[in-house]
Amino acid sequence: AGTFAGLAMAQPMSYVLPEETAVFKPGPGVEAAENNCAACHSADYILTQPPKMGRPFWEAEVHKMISAYGAPIDEKDAKAIVDYLAATY
Amino acid sequence: MAGSRFAALAADTITLPFGNGERPLVVYPGKRALIGLTARPPQLETPFSVFNEGILTPNDAFFVRYHLADIPLDIDPTAFRVEVKGKVATPLSLSLDDLKTKFDPVEFVAVHQCSGNSRGFLEPRVGGGQAGNGLMGNARWKGVPLKAVLEKAGIASGAVEVAFSGLDRPAMPQTPGFAKSLKLDHALDGEVILAYQMNGADLPWLNGFPLRLVVPGYFGTYWVKHLSQITVLDKPLDNFWMATAYRIPDNECACVPPGTKPEKTVPIGRFVVRSFLTNVLDGAKVAAGKPLPLRGIAFDGGSGIARVEVSADGGKSFAPATLGEDLGKYSFREWRTSVTVPAGEHAILVRATNVLGKTQPMEPTWNPSGYMRNVVETTRIVAA
Ligand code: HEC
Repeated sequence: AGTFAGLAMAQPMSYVLPEETAVFKPGPGVEAAENNCAACHSADYILTQPPKMGRPFWEAEVHKMISAYGAPIDEKDAKAIVDYLAATY
Repeated sequence: MAGSRFAALAADTITLPFGNGERPLVVYPGKRALIGLTARPPQLETPFSVFNEGILTPNDAFFVRYHLADIPLDIDPTAFRVEVKGKVATPLSLSLDDLKTKFDPVEFVAVHQCSGNSRGFLEPRVGGGQAGNGLMGNARWKGVPLKAVLEKAGIASGAVEVAFSGLDRPAMPQTPGFAKSLKLDHALDGEVILAYQMNGADLPWLNGFPLRLVVPGYFGTYWVKHLSQITVLDKPLDNFWMATAYRIPDNECACVPPGTKPEKTVPIGRFVVRSFLTNVLDGAKVAAGKPLPLRGIAFDGGSGIARVEVSADGGKSFAPATLGEDLGKYSFREWRTSVTVPAGEHAILVRATNVLGKTQPMEPTWNPSGYMRNVVETTRIVAA
């Protein structure tokens, strides 16, 4: 059985992911979010968060992206993104 | 044609019972239609109806949870190696064939559950992956005891932990790579395995093909997928994923008053006891005055389920259910009973107690990360 399993698997294998479809909701500042918040993960990370969490929640999320995950976002963009997120989700 | 395709897509959504709970149903290679949480990296939730199909969760329905977007998409199973290094006498580089032929395999059934399972139900809501109860599953895992592999390498003196990482990588190099660790005595307990099979087949790609860590009774964060590095350490792993993320309040209930922060935290560990009704869904219409068969599942962190009780009167009184076949202390345990209710609205509650005497709280507990939910579940029905 070992040999058979070995033969059956003796080939590089690949996996094809379906296309990504989630997009940010329109609103003032959406470009800043598009440019900075989809580099490391799809937009659904943001879209699926609980509704109406408010500005402190989104401020904390954006700063967690910068300090914990190393998101290269400057303060000006960060503020525009927080404004957009707090108003839109 | 285009119109009908659009209609089919539009119909393929499911709404989880909490605010902003609408999700697409998505089909990935090797998976049936599952609840799509995120696409990059993929995170897929098992629709709850699957848990009524059987006590083992089929591979094509098993949930998927990744953190970092650069997941492996090309793997050569013959070239694949898992490295065993760090504080060991002899570093090893093991192929799948080595694992399958040079070690004695073990096989057992165990529940796998994401730390964030059921987070969407928390009140007040918290950030993170917003899942219903479908980030869990029960499978028969086959592989090699981690203990046997570590003993072959030979643990050097001064070792205290063993760290694990896989082939997945962050999208940007400054993001901390995913690695988790277990205390040395846990790593050597003989129960933790390097699994290459799930339910009699190769691991599904998205569940960690070709090799993953299985840590029975422990939350999924430790079950490192695409496992490629095992490093024996002489000091505790102090990375983001151990020291900052995946931590719970350091108290008996792993909880704090809603909206507050814990003073002291510890890494998340074993599952708490849970039970679910699977054959009657919330809002179901049933016949009044006739026996209504009920069945479901219960599990805990590995002591085993001692009893399951069911209430058909909103929790005023509970009656024991009959437990099904025992597939091992780490498995889902089936339970069955029946109730007869008069016409009107009723709440059915399910409560399990484990072998250690631990049971489920009647009121939900809360912590800022939304971990460890195990409130007694309530299913509302209407009898007519
Ligand atoms: C440098 C990488 C990076 C960038 C850029 C980034 N994120 Fe993230 N984000 C992450 C990682 C890593 C996670 C955790 C993923 C996981 O565990 O599934 C995450 C998770 C999240 C989550 C889920 C909740 C949580 O806290 O885990 C939200 C919401 C989120 N990001 C929002 C944003 C927003 C808004 C931006 C732009 C301001 C952004 N991200 C930019 C890396 C990044």
